[in-house]
Amino acid sequence: MKPKSRVVRKAKEAGFVIIFLAGIGVALGVLGVLLASLIVTAAPYLTPTLITNYANYQDPTRAGYAAAIAGTLWILSLTLIFSLPLGIGAAIYLEEYSHGGRISRILQAGVSNLAGVPSVVFGLLGLLVFVRGLHLGAVVLAGALTLTILVFPYVVITAREAIRAVPQSIRDAALAMGATKWQAIRRQVLPAAAPGLLTASILAAARTIGETAPLIVIGAVVLQTFLPYGPDSPFVALPVQIYAYIDLPGPEWQGVSAAGMIVLLLILFAFNAVAIVGRNRMQRMRW
Amino acid sequence: METNEPRSSSIQKGSRKGGVRITTRGIVILLVIILAASGVGAYLAFGNRAPPELVRIDGSSTVYPITSAWAAEFNNPGRQVVVAFSGTGGGFSKFCRGETDLSDASRPIKQSERDACTASGITGVVGFNISFDGLSVVVNHGNTWADHLTVDQLCRIWTQNTSSGACGGAGGQVNQWNELDSSWPARKIKLYGPGTASGTFDYFVEVILTNRRTNDRIRSDFIGSEDDNVLVSGIANDLDALGYFGYAYVVENTSRVKALAIDDGNATNGAGPIFPSEPTIKDGTYAPLSRPLFIYASNRSLGRTVVKDFLRFGFSDRGTQLVGGTGYVSLTPAQIAVEVAKIPP
Amino acid sequence: MGGANADGTGAPLASLEAKWVWQPGETLVRTLLFIAAAFAIIATFAIVFALLLDTVIFFGRVSPLDFYTGTKWSPVIDGLYGVLPLIAGTLLIAGGAVVIGIPLGLSAAIFLREYAPARVREILKPVLEVLAGIPSIVFGFFALLLVSPTLKAWFGADYFNATNAIIVIGIMVIPIVSSLSEDALTAVPTDLRDGAFALGATRFEAMGRVVIPAAFSGIMASFLLAFSRAVGETMVVLIAAGENVNLTFDVLGPMSTLAGDIARKATGDLPVGSDLYRSLFAVGFTLFVITLLINLTSDILRHRFREAYD
Repeated sequence: MKPKSRVVRKAKEAGFVIIFLAGIGVALGVLGVLLASLIVTAAPYLTPTLITNYANYQDPTRAGYAAAIAGTLWILSLTLIFSLPLGIGAAIYLEEYSHGGRISRILQAGVSNLAGVPSVVFGLLGLLVFVRGLHLGAVVLAGALTLTILVFPYVVITAREAIRAVPQSIRDAALAMGATKWQAIRRQVLPAAAPGLLTASILAAARTIGETAPLIVIGAVVLQTFLPYGPDSPFVALPVQIYAYIDLPGPEWQGVSAAGMIVLLLILFAFNAVAIVGRNRMQRMRW
Repeated sequence: METNEPRSSSIQKGSRKGGVRITTRGIVILLVIILAASGVGAYLAFGNRAPPELVRIDGSSTVYPITSAWAAEFNNPGRQVVVAFSGTGGGFSKFCRGETDLSDASRPIKQSERDACTASGITGVVGFNISFDGLSVVVNHGNTWADHLTVDQLCRIWTQNTSSGACGGAGGQVNQWNELDSSWPARKIKLYGPGTASGTFDYFVEVILTNRRTNDRIRSDFIGSEDDNVLVSGIANDLDALGYFGYAYVVENTSRVKALAIDDGNATNGAGPIFPSEPTIKDGTYAPLSRPLFIYASNRSLGRTVVKDFLRFGFSDRGTQLVGGTGYVSLTPAQIAVEVAKIPP
Repeated sequence: MGGANADGTGAPLASLEAKWVWQPGETLVRTLLFIAAAFAIIATFAIVFALLLDTVIFFGRVSPLDFYTGTKWSPVIDGLYGVLPLIAGTLLIAGGAVVIGIPLGLSAAIFLREYAPARVREILKPVLEVLAGIPSIVFGFFALLLVSPTLKAWFGADYFNATNAIIVIGIMVIPIVSSLSEDALTAVPTDLRDGAFALGATRFEAMGRVVIPAAFSGIMASFLLAFSRAVGETMVVLIAAGENVNLTFDVLGPMSTLAGDIARKATGDLPVGSDLYRSLFAVGFTLFVITLLINLTSDILRHRFREAYD
């Protein structure tokens, strides 16, 4: 094959850069349109009472998300506490301890398979195993455990990539220094993988915070005039509450729902911001 | 030529930058702190008062606005009613296992569900009629030709059966407007309605098709949706549309959709076509599409004072007022008295 | 013992693997981590268990042959339980979604990794992650309110149609592909890129011929995850794709999927003990088996490719 001139190759590259920009462009464009239309629809309802009032299905101006916000925070906290160690632990095993043999491929296939299960099936599973099987009832803990299973494969897959990104030289150096395997992982590999692990937690939080169907099946409520009092409390979550408002007759309720979506996104932003600041800090110190 | 990460760096350089020292333990501690903080925050908001006495309601996604309205006013820190909406079927399933105290239902309980209740020890299942939902047949606002239909015509619009003996002899399936009335346009009727898993669908099929004493099935080529607002939009954008949904959605969208008057061919409850409205739904002249909505209780739940108080509140004047505020139609005082009599003292 | 390296290679280092210092606690750690990994299998068994009992009861009353060969899914109206329309709908919508999402996601990853200055990347990457955080109900209504009218105007599509879901689910999986692919691209040692540049490659050539192949397995993982997500997506199809009892390939009309049907039944008003309701378990089981087959196939293929690139 005759090598092409540098000009031609550069031109080809320019063409492709435009295509690559398209990927970002579409994502940004959609995001922009989505947020703009949400904000416009929600504008009349973005008042402080949105956060301090409980749910109200009679009067849109008095409708609020207080219990839903608290419920979402509870569920988010617990789900992350359960799923992050579990998922990262699994990723560590798959990346560091297993050797690509039959067992590892089975475990891997198990993880990928879970990722494809529809969210509502996790709801049915949670109902069977946590609400009824463990006799927890339709409470915060049952919801969190259900979402933990749902989000687990995403954490594993993302964390694996993060761990895989750590150069082998790091591990070799630790080995050369006489470290045990776990010492090497704990003190060298994991900190090196930290930015990617934070990405994993961001994606996990994003998934958890937006799930509707499984929580409805488990028994998340839509009317609750108190904040959850513990893991054994009935609960409502933001997406479920939004869904309860969205189906009511009349255009004003669309505004209330849109306002709820904005609250949800703000919570996500807050979580992301913390994680991203941490990630950027770490990434600047990469080797 | 630029690259995106520092070209030469080492662990030493990183620590010389004087940033945060990363350890796994540090990350874990940070995460746990953040998460615990939100948990503690949520807990503090309630304080460590004893958990309230709880009444759990679950069931139909049509009925929750009513029971929610009641609960919102009935609740106080010591007694809390919570309402969920996993569906009439799901609601009964939980009710029959004793997981909920009351069950919202947009259809009567089926015998198989009753049997399931008895099998798990839930006895004395009693249904309370709490409101009427006037299912309205609607068309696009620009539909200038149709303003009323007979039940037989509705049957023919929705039936699968093309033979002339369909709909109790009224005639077979029609597909175009002009098959019902030759002065109407020669265009296909576009059908919209709730999905097949919904109680609204079930009720419509029963009163329009099954009760015509035919074995007619409903046709399956309609545009179905679980969300009534979506149906409103669909019909509002389609000149040839015809669909059905609850009266509350008609009231909120009078500029986009138009309800048709229905003639059930029965002069005893009002002669001729009757439009759905609060009075006609309440006094039963808007028939047969006025469907009752229920809440179910059992011996177990009615043994709790808080449940009885809640039901009595729902049937009180204030409770009746709240039903009106949801867009559903409340019962007449006489009907309420009948329901209240079912509540044990 | 196999390779000591994370990507499974490593005859040269195999001897090093055997020489890690082994303290007593190490076995405990390894066991705990194995249990974490095995959680996937435990959860899988739990799902099978949750689905299997009702599936078996269902197939005692409805013939599996009719179920798997029937071309009309109309249980409530006609008592017909042919699941092929749902399977076709699922594969068509998920397939269409990844056709949109994978190129866009990969392009975004390449742009972020190779062409964007660090500052720009630090802003854009979180923005993409916000896209990942938008709940599916929001996307569902976005599909109906913005995508559907456009499709109707340009292509004469129906109000509820499969393309609503295809486009929107495609957008939903962009962050999955871009985040994971970007991580995979980052993992490639800079030496490889530098070597390509030293040989006179343009950025694009270095990316296309050196970095991407090296990151191949991570990129493939992202594609598979995106497809899995698309196959399992529930709310968007429930809200925007409509219901269709017939086997159809018309993407401009309504289409039912396996996941959508399950959600419809699980949150509807059907009595729980009925065949109608119980069919959702058979549908769930079918979906599970399909996902399993897809994953197994992909695993076999990746294993082949892995050997080729190492």
